[in-house]
Amino acid sequence: MSNGAAPAFSQKTFTQQLKKYYAFYTGGFISFVILLAIAEQMGLPNRWIGYCFLFATILLYAGIGVMSRTADVAEYYVAGRRVPALFNGMATGADWMSAASFIAMAGGLYLQGYDGLAFIMGWTGGYCLVALFLAPYLRKFGQFTIPDFLGARYGGHIPRMVGMCAAILCSFTYVVAQIYGVGVITTRFTGVQFEVGVFLGLAGILVCSFLGGMRAVTWTQVAQYIILILAYMIPLVMLGMRHTGIPVPHVAYGYTLQKITQKEQQLAQDPKELEVRGIFKKRADDADAKVKGLPASYGTEKAAVEKNLADLRAANAEPAKLKLAEDALKAFPPSPEAAKKKWETDRAAATARTGPPRPHATPFPGASEKARDIARKNFLALVFCLMVGTAALPHILMRYYTTPSVREARVSVTWSLFFIFLLYFSAPVLAVLVKYEMYHFVVGTAFADLPRWVANWHAVDRSLLNIVDINGDGIVQLAEIAIGGDIVVLATPEIAKLPYVISGLVAAGGLAAALSTADGLLLTIANALSHDLYYKLINPQASTKTRLTVAKMLLLVVAVLAASVAAQKPADILFLVSAAFSLAAAGFFPALTLGIFWKRANKWGATLGMLAGVGVTFYYMCITQPWLRSVFGVKGTIAENTWWDISPISAGLFGVPLGFIVIIVVSLLTKAPEKEVQELVDHVRYPVLEGDMDTRGT
Amino acid sequence: MQLSQKHIDYWKKNLVITAILVFIWFFVTFVIGYYAIDLKDITFLGFPIAFYMGAQGSLIVYVLIIWFYASYMNKLDLEYGVHEGEDQ
Repeated sequence: MSNGAAPAFSQKTFTQQLKKYYAFYTGGFISFVILLAIAEQMGLPNRWIGYCFLFATILLYAGIGVMSRTADVAEYYVAGRRVPALFNGMATGADWMSAASFIAMAGGLYLQGYDGLAFIMGWTGGYCLVALFLAPYLRKFGQFTIPDFLGARYGGHIPRMVGMCAAILCSFTYVVAQIYGVGVITTRFTGVQFEVGVFLGLAGILVCSFLGGMRAVTWTQVAQYIILILAYMIPLVMLGMRHTGIPVPHVAYGYTLQKITQKEQQLAQDPKELEVRGIFKKRADDADAKVKGLPASYGTEKAAVEKNLADLRAANAEPAKLKLAEDALKAFPPSPEAAKKKWETDRAAATARTGPPRPHATPFPGASEKARDIARKNFLALVFCLMVGTAALPHILMRYYTTPSVREARVSVTWSLFFIFLLYFSAPVLAVLVKYEMYHFVVGTAFADLPRWVANWHAVDRSLLNIVDINGDGIVQLAEIAIGGDIVVLATPEIAKLPYVISGLVAAGGLAAALSTADGLLLTIANALSHDLYYKLINPQASTKTRLTVAKMLLLVVAVLAASVAAQKPADILFLVSAAFSLAAAGFFPALTLGIFWKRANKWGATLGMLAGVGVTFYYMCITQPWLRSVFGVKGTIAENTWWDISPISAGLFGVPLGFIVIIVVSLLTKAPEKEVQELVDHVRYPVLEGDMDTRGT
Repeated sequence: MQLSQKHIDYWKKNLVITAILVFIWFFVTFVIGYYAIDLKDITFLGFPIAFYMGAQGSLIVYVLIIWFYASYMNKLDLEYGVHEGEDQ
């Protein structure tokens, strides 16, 4: 393929062969699951099923990774530009769908109802922008990285360097979260320590990408997509059968949703529910009084706890009661500052449980017209940032360099969104079905007769499911259930009464989702460093061999660095991930689209536009996000600092328009780009031009 | 490299279809999203229409937008003689 003149049948044969291989692979994987199911019936313990899934899938990815090793630069960076549209679509799907999409999204929808749909729309609608504004043009340009395009289009090293820094900034925060996710999944299903899980996962990531770069990552991502979509759909279809009687619950769950809405209205008025919510209200008020009474309340509270213990001892109370009182004293905060923190947390936790159930199908529920309006504004702003961010994340855009032609690149975006759509279109269904189970078979049941899955998960992890008989009536009230979103996906196999092997499959799916995304991100960072920094800037004379050695070494270094950060369990990791979208949106989208659609955009416009976009986005996050505020010691309250009531996660709402304005204004004030640059723009606009230049990277 | 009138027409057609599809994308996402509260009494397949659009309808429209663009542009390439050879 070196000069694009390979015989016509080769690409076709290649596609045929791939289809055969992956059909065989899918069949093999299904047989593997069936064999494990049989082994389970014969008495294979659950823990071993977990091990089998973990090691078998990682071994499989490693096998593909080793078979795809390469010493060719174009193979390493863009998989030889011969990935057929269908397969690039699957690889993009796996690249795109992270642990958050696989495990956390349905849970988010369960907890937030309509408002959670911002993620569903944002993370799919962004592909319209990729298809219409970027993918075909980037493919025609045909080099290796996104900073490559900025460098060639705007000329000079400055735009390339700014692009490189932005790419590393958003990809690194994202990859840390993925490796963290890998650690959580391995820990949960095999019982190893978190740190061990992280480094096991790291090994799984490196075997995919280390030897073969983009080529190896592409073919493992296709394999990972197949596993993750099977793992998501099988439990959903089974649960759907139970509720709607058809294997496609997507068309029938509207009626289930209606039943939930009726139940919500009933539960909002239910006297027992009101009683429990009243108890939480009282707890919140107590905590509030304690916080307001500081510092005096610290002494009185401590004395009360001590007195309680002393009284019990004096009365020779039974040991269990004594133990409780001793624990309460031990757990008492050591200082007034610590007490303030603890009581504030208690207050927030209790307050959160004083309200009626959140109506699932109602958009922007709120107490007042103003609250609803703010919720709506933030919903739309978040959708905007997620969409534009999707169309600007380098690890996704990079995938469209790998198709054989512009034509295939366009088709490949269709396949990408189709494969992503399968999962995103299913997540809201899953959320509704699990909510139905919860409202109809858990709420109102006696504690003694709870379904088995509830008891199981209650024993495994209280942060995922915690039911306490607050009002002591022996019956579960909705207000007594505290739930972590992840349980929606994790517990579905058990809710649908499927064997444990399906739970193992779900874990393998979550692992595949996290590994595939981490692979794509690590490669983006390492390529930015090895290609844009080392080869283009430091040592343009480097030989092919040196370039690939440097690329592989950097991959290793970045991977270990990301894993060490993840092993620290950094706080606010979820915020960092969402921040990556706003930052990418503000940094890349204006410069990339104007570079293609407006010939007049020039170097200074693009450079300053990228800096201004990222700058204002980051600034807005710093003044409104609690954690960043504490890092930078920001003065003034959050309410004073917000602009137009927008929350920090949607800071890109300001960054993206500013980026566009700065590029346009500065470009018009400075010299028009040279003739060659204008010809480059024509070059990317037409799939073929007579007397065309060749910009493909080698 | 001189662009012929044909090339200019091709690019114009591309811009027109892009603009139309972006408009549809914008309408489905932001206009329906903005009026979600007012649409709550209309139902479709048992769903309140705003919820349906957010959870499923808009996603289907997005897939169709991209599919239509790909097939339209791939035909346009052939029509205007800027298509790639079979081998690429």
